[in-house]
Amino acid sequence: MVLLIAPSFLPRFYIYFLAVIFVTALLAMSLNLCVGHGMLFQFHHGVFYGVGAYTAGLLLVKTSLPWWLAFIAGPLAAAFAGLLIGMFCIRLNRLYFGMLQISLGSLIWAIAFRWYALTGGDDGIHGIPMPDFISSTTGSYYFVLIVLGICLVLLYLILKSPFGSTLQAIRDNPERCAAVGINVRRHQLKAIVIATFFGGVAGVLFVVVEGSIFPDLLFWVLSLEIFIMCLLGGWFTFAGPILGAAIIVSLRTFIGIYTEYWTLILGVILILLIFFIPEGIMGYNYRQLFRSRTQYATESQTE
Amino acid sequence: MEGGPEITLAALSITFLVGLSRAMILFIVTSGLSFVLGVLRVPNIAHGSLYMIGAFAAHSIATLFGGGPAGFWLALILAPLVVALISLLAERSLFCHLYEREHLMLLLFTFALMLILGDLTKMVWGADYRSIMPPPALQGFISIFDSPFPKYNLFLLVIGPLVAIGLWLFSTKTKIGKIARAAAVDREMVGAIGINVSWVFAFAFVLGCMLAGLGGALVSPTIAVTIGMDHDIIIESFLIVTIGGLGNMWGAMAGSLIFGITQAFGVLFWPQFAIVFPYLAVVIVLTLKPTGMLKSVW
Repeated sequence: MVLLIAPSFLPRFYIYFLAVIFVTALLAMSLNLCVGHGMLFQFHHGVFYGVGAYTAGLLLVKTSLPWWLAFIAGPLAAAFAGLLIGMFCIRLNRLYFGMLQISLGSLIWAIAFRWYALTGGDDGIHGIPMPDFISSTTGSYYFVLIVLGICLVLLYLILKSPFGSTLQAIRDNPERCAAVGINVRRHQLKAIVIATFFGGVAGVLFVVVEGSIFPDLLFWVLSLEIFIMCLLGGWFTFAGPILGAAIIVSLRTFIGIYTEYWTLILGVILILLIFFIPEGIMGYNYRQLFRSRTQYATESQTE
Repeated sequence: MEGGPEITLAALSITFLVGLSRAMILFIVTSGLSFVLGVLRVPNIAHGSLYMIGAFAAHSIATLFGGGPAGFWLALILAPLVVALISLLAERSLFCHLYEREHLMLLLFTFALMLILGDLTKMVWGADYRSIMPPPALQGFISIFDSPFPKYNLFLLVIGPLVAIGLWLFSTKTKIGKIARAAAVDREMVGAIGINVSWVFAFAFVLGCMLAGLGGALVSPTIAVTIGMDHDIIIESFLIVTIGGLGNMWGAMAGSLIFGITQAFGVLFWPQFAIVFPYLAVVIVLTLKPTGMLKSVW
């Protein structure tokens, strides 16, 4: 498709830009597994992104392990962190869940931020060595695209599977699920681990594209930005987050050229979103298409 | 006890008192957050931004009035009012329309507000560092166990409990306070007996933000006022509210004390990782009592 042959005619900056979109899209998709399909207030998903990135980056820089090992270690570490943090948070509901996650995530951020010797503190680490075939812009682009494609397929399969349906059922009516005999908490925990795994993959891809790591990846503001992407695109839809990520990254890059007040614009966009299209763009489209079919505002769409 | 940094009785006491005064600032700011959380059931992510605006406004007001003692005291009074006005504007124009919506939307609105206020602050005041001189009465040090202790911190140690007592009296003795507390527990009932719940919310929100502004104004002589203050304080306040019990003012006090004191001792014992100590304390508290130390309002 177009994306496959894009690098042959696009200038280098745009290839890089698309790669960034892909990474962010994967990150947003992984978050949406929790938020849109699971209704878990995963407020600090950035932690897992950062853990994945840092693990891979640190292994590549500090040790001489083969690259593919580092790449696999990233998501595994992220999933492990997800398991740990998830176990803490899963005992609580909604708001408490979110706030506890922010707390624990901030702890990890604080450690990474200060442990200069290991993580480079708030400078981060730059110039992480990459194997040759992915160190060029084009190479990294294709690598990211392929990994993104695989992950999307996996995510789709997961959501379509009985596991995914159960998760959505829990989202809509947890008491009923519990009454039917589903172990709600365990199921949610599994979803969190899966989501954080993919978040870790996105983190590794970030390292591939950028070649460096910073504590910002672990900072909570980024996590909320990802949240916004899911919302913007449509958090009850499958591909919504991809759209959201693409829009936000594009806006951030291009508006950033004209003004330094991108945060302000992001805030305004968010407000418009909240007031006018809370289901996100794709959610809104679905509603338009299926308007004749249902009477009430659509909350959950089955694809 | 010896070894490592100078762990004398003097050092310990000073550290403890410094932590305590920092805790007072944290408390003043967090009590506002807690109050809003209790009544509106929404954690106001923009709370930190209002704190920051309070600090910047205090600086501007103080400079406007010559920078001397008069300027300082005026700033202390006017800055929170400025912040209250801003929050009232935000609330009445946009926020109040969201009250019937899902909580998540309210939360996201406060996030959007934080983004917007953050950049607006940058636009209005610019990115450099500022600070205020406290009035001569509060400058300088007094000596505790032969070690210097800033007089301004002593001032904070007095103000903190005053605010706490004031808030407590307000919420238990005045009619508005009691209505606000009732709305926190059961807003439909409050609406059913004829009280305009929307205005109660407006009032609670403005009061909470005013406290943030007061905290900002109070902290301005002690640290460098700059953008980015909002990020720092909001995380700390969130954590304090979480460990204290959502909406619970005494919980906010307890949480602030824990946070401030662990941070101060962290600086004493392990300066590089001082920032980790309070977070660790938070994790410990939450492991033992996931819903916070004291009962949440709802």
